[in-house]
Amino acid sequence: MNNIYLSHNNIVSAYGFDSASAVDSIKNEVSGLSLVDDSKILPNPFYSSLIPQDNLSKAFQKLNPQEDYTRLEQILLVSLANTLKESGLELTDKVGLIVSTTKGNIDVLDADSPFDENRAYLSELGKKIETFFGFKNEVIVLSNACVSGVLALAVAKRFIHQKRYDHVFVVAGDLVSQFILTGFNSFQALSELPCRPYCKTRAGINIGEVGCSVLVTKDEDHLVNESVRIIGEASCNDANHISGPSRTGEGLYRSVVSAMNQANIEAEAIDYISAHGTATMFNDEMEAIAFNRANLQNTPLNSLKGYFGHTLGASGLLETIIGMYSLHSNTLFASLGFQELGVSQPLNIITETTAKESSIFLKTASGFGGCNTAAIFQKVNS
Amino acid sequence: MSTPDYHIKSYCRISNGKISKNGEVLFSDDSEEFPAFIKAAYKHFETDYSKFFKMDNLSKLAFIGAEVLLKDNNEENTALVLSNSASSLDTDRKHQNAISDQSGAYASPAVFVYTLPNICMGEISIRHKLYSENSFFIFAEFNPHLLSDYANDLLETGQANEVLCGWVDYDKGKYDAFLYVIAKKGLLPFDTGELTKLYRTK
Repeated sequence: MNNIYLSHNNIVSAYGFDSASAVDSIKNEVSGLSLVDDSKILPNPFYSSLIPQDNLSKAFQKLNPQEDYTRLEQILLVSLANTLKESGLELTDKVGLIVSTTKGNIDVLDADSPFDENRAYLSELGKKIETFFGFKNEVIVLSNACVSGVLALAVAKRFIHQKRYDHVFVVAGDLVSQFILTGFNSFQALSELPCRPYCKTRAGINIGEVGCSVLVTKDEDHLVNESVRIIGEASCNDANHISGPSRTGEGLYRSVVSAMNQANIEAEAIDYISAHGTATMFNDEMEAIAFNRANLQNTPLNSLKGYFGHTLGASGLLETIIGMYSLHSNTLFASLGFQELGVSQPLNIITETTAKESSIFLKTASGFGGCNTAAIFQKVNS
Repeated sequence: MSTPDYHIKSYCRISNGKISKNGEVLFSDDSEEFPAFIKAAYKHFETDYSKFFKMDNLSKLAFIGAEVLLKDNNEENTALVLSNSASSLDTDRKHQNAISDQSGAYASPAVFVYTLPNICMGEISIRHKLYSENSFFIFAEFNPHLLSDYANDLLETGQANEVLCGWVDYDKGKYDAFLYVIAKKGLLPFDTGELTKLYRTK
């Protein structure tokens, strides 16, 4: 199989409007979560990480928009504009575009939204991004619950492998909205405090928002210092329950094993796991079972949800980008919020920022519908 | 563009009150409303699966299409690659209506879980015990080219032995499904022109 790489990247988040601002804060173990009091979203205050609208508007106006764009569109456009510019690539017919989102412009369903309800169609959202930059190919929107962000990288890889494209820009994002928060609240899945993945005292998730983007390319001439090669990926369904994780971690276990087989590596070769770790009781327990079955219980592991919250359709891409910097700087980032192991099987949770020579990391995600994705990345520049 | 190694093994069309397999009408019903139509289809195919009645409209549509194609299919590693235009908007609107007053107090987890288009693939996976690849794409309209590229890659790399592909759309009471299985052996060449023709044959 041809080599396919992740390259130029950007993260628009509560920390700032580039990847470096997020990575620097994580290195210093600074959370982006804060208490939000917005009764239009939830009656009670909740922890979240939000992109400041003032800064977003300023950054967006620099792109010289000719019409009105929704908040999510602004986030995605600002992030992708940066990655496109950094890459210097011309948008030919060999350049693809993938938008990863679970709910897109779902906030336009609210009666108070100034936008037409048609904007809630994900293809409309995709079209806005495609035409803003003048992509030559039809946008591909991927909406596959909370694995979307990392699955989008596998999708990009496959389209490059099939020679449809030489380069694919992947942009991912979801909003913190009343729609999402009330839904997770109805599941009693929200934590009243900053989340604590894998911890004994964990009490649920926080929802956060980011926009992020990356160039996926087969061309070694378009790489950056933090570039990684995709060496394995797989997605397996639990075939068990649409909203509850499998008790045996079946789909996640199978995904990890299948990705390792494709990468042609054993568990020992993985230096670090960027896990999903939402901090719900059932998810974290399921992951612990799956990682033990895959013989990964001693591999250093973190969840980045303590920094950003769960960013839904963006999370898999966001956390992969952070993983790229983790490998590049030979630094393991602390799993923020963790104190004492609260799952039934052993895991090697990273408790503080640690220097470690690393070359391969595993990214996993799991979501509603029983979906799971595992992807393995190897550092290019040592 | 044709892929010589693979074939369309079987296909199912659900639209306009009719369900057909490989071009042959298996069931038709003049119910004007989708819920009555799909319930009658469920009974017609003698499906015994009580979870069906908890599903949203999109999942019911995809589920019945998969029943038609996978009932006698023994291939465990069958990937699911589905697409539509309306995502889960039918259920999204229900959740939105529930939260529009009383600060979201009426939100229901049984509704909220269906506000994702890939849930219908979870339902099919549970029913047919498929621990396989799932991907859900949103396109403005049925796009056999991109779906075929994706299916080809799953098959060529051995990630799947067969792929259940297609289009399953439910929006504002209108339903439209075209599902097909891609495999080594089959009825018709795996060809995007062929797929477009089959999709347009209502």
